[in-house]
Parts: sequence; C-alpha cells; structure tokens
Amino acid sequence: MNLELSAEQLMLQDSAFKWASEQWGPIVEKCDEEDWMPPDLFKQAAAMGFLGVSVEERYGGSNAGLLAEGLVAEQLSRISPALTMSLIAHSNLCIGNIANNAGDELKDKYLPGLVSGQLIGALGLTEPGAGSDALYGMRTRARKDGGVYVLNGSKMFITNAPVCDLMLVYAKTDPEAGPRGISAFIVERNSPGFSVSRKIKKAGMRGSPTGEVVFEDCPVPEQNLVGQLNGGVAVVTRGLDVERLMVACMCLGAAHEALEHSIRYSLERKQFGKAIGEFQMIQAKLADMYSQLQAARALTYTVCRQAETAGRGGKGTALTRDAASAILVAAETATRITNHAVQIHGGYGYCLEYPVQRLWRDIKLMEIGAGTSEIRRMIIARELLRSGSCEG
Amino acid sequence: MKILVTAKRVPDPESTIKVNSSGDGIEEAGIKWVVNPFDEIAIEEALRVKEAQGDAEVVVVSIGPSEAQEQLRTGLAMGADRAILVTGENLDTSAVAKILVKIVEKESPDIVITGKQAIDDDSNEVGQMTAQLLGWPQATFISELKIADDKSSAECTREVDGGMETISVPLPALITADLRLNEPRYASLPGIMKARKKPLEQIEAASLGVDTTPKIVIKSMAPPPAREAGRIVESVDELVTALQSEAKVL
Ligand SMILES: Cc1cc2nc3c(=O)[nH]c(=O)nc-3n(C[C@H](O)[C@H](O)[C@H](O)COP(=O)(O)OP(=O)(O)OC[C@H]3O[C@@H](n4cnc5c(N)ncnc54)[C@H](O)[C@@H]3O)c2cc1C
Repeated sequence: MNLELSAEQLMLQDSAFKWASEQWGPIVEKCDEEDWMPPDLFKQAAAMGFLGVSVEERYGGSNAGLLAEGLVAEQLSRISPALTMSLIAHSNLCIGNIANNAGDELKDKYLPGLVSGQLIGALGLTEPGAGSDALYGMRTRARKDGGVYVLNGSKMFITNAPVCDLMLVYAKTDPEAGPRGISAFIVERNSPGFSVSRKIKKAGMRGSPTGEVVFEDCPVPEQNLVGQLNGGVAVVTRGLDVERLMVACMCLGAAHEALEHSIRYSLERKQFGKAIGEFQMIQAKLADMYSQLQAARALTYTVCRQAETAGRGGKGTALTRDAASAILVAAETATRITNHAVQIHGGYGYCLEYPVQRLWRDIKLMEIGAGTSEIRRMIIARELLRSGSCEG
Repeated sequence: MKILVTAKRVPDPESTIKVNSSGDGIEEAGIKWVVNPFDEIAIEEALRVKEAQGDAEVVVVSIGPSEAQEQLRTGLAMGADRAILVTGENLDTSAVAKILVKIVEKESPDIVITGKQAIDDDSNEVGQMTAQLLGWPQATFISELKIADDKSSAECTREVDGGMETISVPLPALITADLRLNEPRYASLPGIMKARKKPLEQIEAASLGVDTTPKIVIKSMAPPPAREAGRIVESVDELVTALQSEAKVL
C-alpha cells in the first residue's frame, strides 16, 4: 500500500528500524525479564534525533512534523513497545507539552537538556483515585506561598518516574473550580518533598519503569508554571490529542511485527504434513490481520497529517474526535493482531522464547493508557452528538 | 582533501531473493533496496577521514538506475557533502569501472574508497579495475586506514591468510573496504533533514563517451537446491551406514 510518504520519511523509517533492531534487538529479552532499562537509552535516542523529531531546531530538534515522529514511534515499537513508550513519555508527553505551552524562559532552560537526552522527563496526571476521571477527580494541590507553589498529593502509574530528572505535573490551584482550577508545573526531581514511593510491577511494558510519586510540601518556583494559571485543562487536552496519535503509531509497529512473525511461522511450522499456512483458518487470520493493520495505519497517518496543519486540538475539535478514533482503532487492532499472533504460534507463542507474547503483553496497555477504549468511545460520541453530524 | 566513495544500490541482504520468470536475473518486485553494506563501510571511513582532517570533502557516487538516488540520499544523510548519480542500464563491472574512471578524472579526488565487493553479484572487480585503468596504486580489503600527516600517503592494513599485512600507498590511491574496517553510523534524523538540501548531480552514462557494451552476459540464474528434510535414525550403526552409503561422506 502506498501511504504517500516522502523520501525523507521513508529513509527515517528505515533508519529507525535498523537502529532499533541492532541496538535494542539483543537486549529486549533482558529488558522484559528483569524490567530493566538500558542506562544510555535516552542519550542514544537523542543522537539519532529521536527525542526532538517535531521540536523546533533552536532547541536541538528537527522540526520534521508529527507524522515523522509517529513513524519513528512505529518502527521502534516493532522491536520494543516498552522502550518506545519511555521515549514517547519523555519526548511527546513531557517535551511536547512544554514546547507547546511554556514561555520562552522555561523552554530555553529545559528543552535543550531534554532534547539532547541529558535530562529525562515524565508527565504526571493520573492519581491513585483519579484515572479516567483525572480532571474532576484530581486531589494533588498546589498552594501559592510567596514566590513558590507548594505541592501536596500523589501521582500514580507515571512512566519514567523512577528515572526522571523532571516531571510536568498537573495540580489543583483552585480546588473549587473543578477542571478550570488545574495548572501545569515543571517540577525538578531533586526538589525537597518529591519522592518516588515505589516502582510498579507490570504484566508488560517491562523495561519502561512506572512509578508512584508523592509530593509532601514540595516547593516549585512560580516561574515553573507552564501555560496560564488555572489553564491546565487546555494543556492536558491538546497534549492528549497528539499523545493518542503517537500511541496509535506504537500500536501499528507492534501489530506489524506480530504479523511478520505470524507469516514466517505459518510458512515454517508443519502439522498434518503441511505448513500451517495451508490451513484456511490460519489464512483467514493472516488476511484479517493484514487488512485491519492497513486500515488502522491509513487512518492513523491521515490524522497525523491532519494534526500537523490543524490549529489547536482539544474539546470541540475534529482533531480530538479523530485522534480518539485513530487510537481506538489502532489499539484494538493491535491487541487483536498480537492475540492472533500468539494463537498462530500455538504453544511456542505462549512461551517466553518467542517474541509474540511480549508484544501481546506490552500492547494491551494501549487500550488503557492515554484514555481507555471506553473513554475514547465517549469522546468520539460526545463530538458526534455535539456537532449533530459526522462531517467536518 | 577530497574523498570519492561509491554507493551501489543492492537488494537488502535480509530480503528473500527469487529468480525471475525468464531465469536470467532476480525477481525485483517487492524487494527492498539498500546501500551495498561494504559501500556503507566505505562511506563511514570517508567520513572518519573527513572528521579527522577537518577540511575534507566527501563525494558519494552511484552508477545504476535513477532509483539509486535513494542510496545516494542515505550517503548524504550519513554525512557526505554531495552526490553524483550516473544513470545507465545493463552495466557490467567493466562498464562501471570505465564510468567511475571518468568521474574520478572529473573530480580529481585524493582517495577513492569502494566496498570490496557488492553483495548482489559478489564480483569483487570494480575497485581493482578502476585503479588499473587510472594507473593508480590500490589497497584492497583493508581493515584499517591511516592517512600520513603530510597527506602524501596512506597506510593500509589488510587481513591476509593467517595474519595482517600493512602496506603504504602514495596518494592518490584507490582503497577497497573490508568488513572490519569500521561500523557504519546510522542516518540520523538531523542528517536526513540536512541531506535534503545537499546537491545531487545526475549524469547519463551515455554522455560520458565510454563504451559500456557488456562484456559479460548472464545466461541463466538458478536458486541453490532446496535442502531436504532430515531424518531421525534409530542407532549409531544406522547413522554410520547412512553416512557411508547415502551421504557418501565417510
Ligand atoms: C504502564 C502505565 C503507564 C502509564 N503512564 C502514565 C503517565 O506517564 N502519566 C500519567 O499521567 N498516567 C499514566 N498512566 C495512567 C493511565 O493513563 C490510566 O491508567 C488510565 O487513564 C486509566 O485510568 P485508571 O487506571 O485509573 O482506570 P479507571 O479510570 O479506574 O478505569 C477502570 C475501568 O472503568 C472504565 N471507565 C471509567 N470511567 C468510565 C465511564 N465514564 N464510562 C465507561 N467506562 C468507564 C475504564 O474504561 C476502565 O475499563 C499509565 C498507566 C499505566 C498502566
């Protein structure tokens, strides 16, 4: 299928996949088994330009656009969705939101270090009691005290928290105002009162450290406010549109790889005297896997291109609806494809020596993180019913 | 200092190769094309010389179909300064060498680095022929390169049977790169973005005034015979008998 990628985008795809195969291929099993992240992960990715794909040149980025960023995410995710997720949490969730919302002073201070991999970033929105309902359920408070905001509360399931140098944190600055009382802050890891209370053990995405974070009277300089005071919702929702597209691209990569393994195995594995690829039930699976993958890919790339030119996303925009559609389709497609891949591999597929089970465990997260499949459907339906039409 | 390197367009070593229906070439549909891996090593070495020398220019040349632009862009993305594509069809090694000579005469580089061979036809001829036609010294299959401080010669280490041989060639010289010369860098995103703006000159082989009539005609191509499935034997005796009478290796 011709997806109309430019010569540069095609070369970037090739280079990203080659890099991941050679650099990550030999260590992915260790990452999974030991929940281990290679210590030079971020610096190596920075050397390839992968931490600042769509960041402006003056901060060390390449300004190559969101689709290019997605293509990198897709190719890296073929080898390791886990390591890719840590890179995306850093480059898209943390860097992207700072680049799009912070003032020049903060950008000058933090972006060069983040884009070059000297600093590792994270984003803290979810809380133990506030996941899908993060905006209404948020309990973390930021109380103004002279020139600082004092943070109290905790954040749950934060990617990179155990290894980060700074975190973009959402907290209530006006508790009475609901979502309209949330602000975003850059909090440095070495601030007093900032601690990672535990590293969470997971079924998949092992190698991408996930932590729970506690703030106890943690002072944050008022200059570290990102965007408007009480304007955090705009930061969250616009950021989520692009985050969802990057996650959708990751899903494509894992699904693609699972399909490649399945095709090869169908040609090699013999039962009843023939290759299992000769059985119609296996053939039907392969045909479905391919078709659904390509449909998800066409949708995802189209919305990535749309996001490159769309002004703002967020509630009430076509981009919010379509980014939710792309991730809904891509994630459910990827869980289905990786599930079929395990099935096609039979008993071997369920064993740790074969990579399909890892892709299957890893990618299941993508129906949960960045808004669950249920929340994605709610968003799409909300936008359809709000506008009274599926056009536009 | 100017360094000229080659970048042949070849099928990805990972791709599955099938003989075409007329039996005289490979089936090209569905193949992924890459820079010949030995040429990638040559490009990397040229870039390392440039980085060490500071003021060097690296020119990457491909001779082949117009699609070889992609391979030149890869060379540019790795860091070469400009590219030359000579387009032509049905060129055998001797034609390629004669074309390369024309480009070398036009560019007057101090060093030409080629891969020791291309992984598609494995001829291992172009470097040697080119040096011969130019009347230049050549150092083939090198695994280490040191440029003399006065830039008048290059010390090249070659892997020979049972050891290493170090030779010195006066410049200009032609060098062919072996596997262990270096590990080529990846094309990074900033490199890819910069490559867009680098010059890529296109020349038609026919315009160079060389006779490119092939001296070699490929008459047929055949895949290696399929391996037969193994068989489990009951005893050592049976194994020995099978090795003697069937496999005929004992
Ligand atoms: C490995 C991992 C990494 C993560 N990384 C980050 C990170 O870096 N930063 C960050 O801020 N967060 C992160 N998250 C959090 C993630 O975004 C949340 O887990 C997600 O938003 C879901 O919230 P929850 O887990 O509290 O589930 P809940 O909100 O408790 O949902 C439980 C179930 O109820 C359903 N549900 C909830 N509300 C509704 C409704 N209104 N209608 C229908 N169904 C509903 C959900 O769809 C789900 O099926 C991460 C999570 C994981 C597991």
